[in-house]
Amino acid sequence: MNLNATLFAQLVVFFILAWFTMQFVWPPIVKALDERAKKIADGLAAAERGKHDLELATKRSTEALREGKEKAAELLAQAEKRAAQVIEEAKATAKTEADRIVAGAKAEIDQEAVRAKEQLREQVSALVVSGAEKILRREINAQAHADILATIKQDL
Amino acid sequence: MSTAGHEEAAANAPTAGEYIVHHLTQWNSTGHAQKDVIDFSVINIDTMIFSVLMGVLGLFVMWRVAKSVTSGVPGRMQAAVEIVLEMVNDQAKGIVHSAESRKFVGPLALTVFIWIFLMNSMDFLPVDLLPTIWQTITGDHHAYLRVVPTADLNGTLGMSTGVLLICVYYNIKIKGMGGWVHELFTAPFGSHPLLYPVNFAMQMIEFLAKTVSHGMRLFGNMYAGELVFMLIALMGAAWTASATGVSLFLGHIVAGSIWAIFHILIVALQAFIFMMLTLVYVGQAHEAH
Repeated sequence: MNLNATLFAQLVVFFILAWFTMQFVWPPIVKALDERAKKIADGLAAAERGKHDLELATKRSTEALREGKEKAAELLAQAEKRAAQVIEEAKATAKTEADRIVAGAKAEIDQEAVRAKEQLREQVSALVVSGAEKILRREINAQAHADILATIKQDL
Repeated sequence: MSTAGHEEAAANAPTAGEYIVHHLTQWNSTGHAQKDVIDFSVINIDTMIFSVLMGVLGLFVMWRVAKSVTSGVPGRMQAAVEIVLEMVNDQAKGIVHSAESRKFVGPLALTVFIWIFLMNSMDFLPVDLLPTIWQTITGDHHAYLRVVPTADLNGTLGMSTGVLLICVYYNIKIKGMGGWVHELFTAPFGSHPLLYPVNFAMQMIEFLAKTVSHGMRLFGNMYAGELVFMLIALMGAAWTASATGVSLFLGHIVAGSIWAIFHILIVALQAFIFMMLTLVYVGQAHEAH
């Protein structure tokens, strides 16, 4: 344990080694470490963002699904309503048509009946006249009593 | 006859004391053991060789990693270097608050840690391995060689003096020459003309004590560790074909294993302590009293 010039030599070596480390060893490694730390931080942030996006998308898809269901239900209700309406309209049209046909038929029947009555009346009056003629051939002049015959015919 | 045989054996095999003294003598530029306690005309060649070797080895490995460093998935080597670097960087951040200073102090602390760790690790080699190889190469069976640079006081005091210079540099850089001189004379006791010499003396003692204890702590630990390894080696070397001799041999194996395992802790711990104290002293240089 003697002291000698080794001390100074060691001192110089010490500074040379420290300088070398400062120049060539420390900076690249520290830079790489910082870069990696940044990469990891970015990766974590991206993962967080992805998670958030996924949550949003899930929410949106649920929302869309719900909306679609609602819309479908609404459409179904509308369609049912429309169908009911169509049926009602059809019923109404059919009823009107039926009424019209019935009315027409009735009118025709009435007409027919009037005509038949008219014919009947004429035939009856002719019959009556012919009957009365036969009875009154001898006493009544058809021309003379025409007005009476007409009155009778009117009353039939 | 028996006395002569004994003397011959003593001449060939060194005594325990000689063995240890021989192992604790540096290979220096004079070619013989240093006579005076302090002699700056002498330089320890072995300490220089092994400390430079370890420094270059450690830095070369880290430099290789730094050259191919990637911010993507790191390889095992890169991860290992990163673990050490991050540990050092975290400590530096906690102690030295100036980011500008950390550009130098961080690498400095890393260098100190790796370098001292490697130099301390030379202790794990068998105490006689490199000296014996060296003696065989030179052909001189008394050639000196010490392989642990941190078990040489010059090595550790050299580094702690380096830290002292860095502290002085930061004291001047942060506080300005005037500010630092002002602090030297007014802290710790206060600003009063009567207190100036006391303050200055205290400051000088503080700097001296810091530097000496910084270097001495590491040196003491490694020197003692080396010494224990030598004692354990002596125990094994004394084995003979007798019951006591065999138990000495077993004792060498058991004690050697235990001490080597314990020494792993000391090697890492002392490297860490030296690094931490470097950071603390530099951090103190940044704080005004």
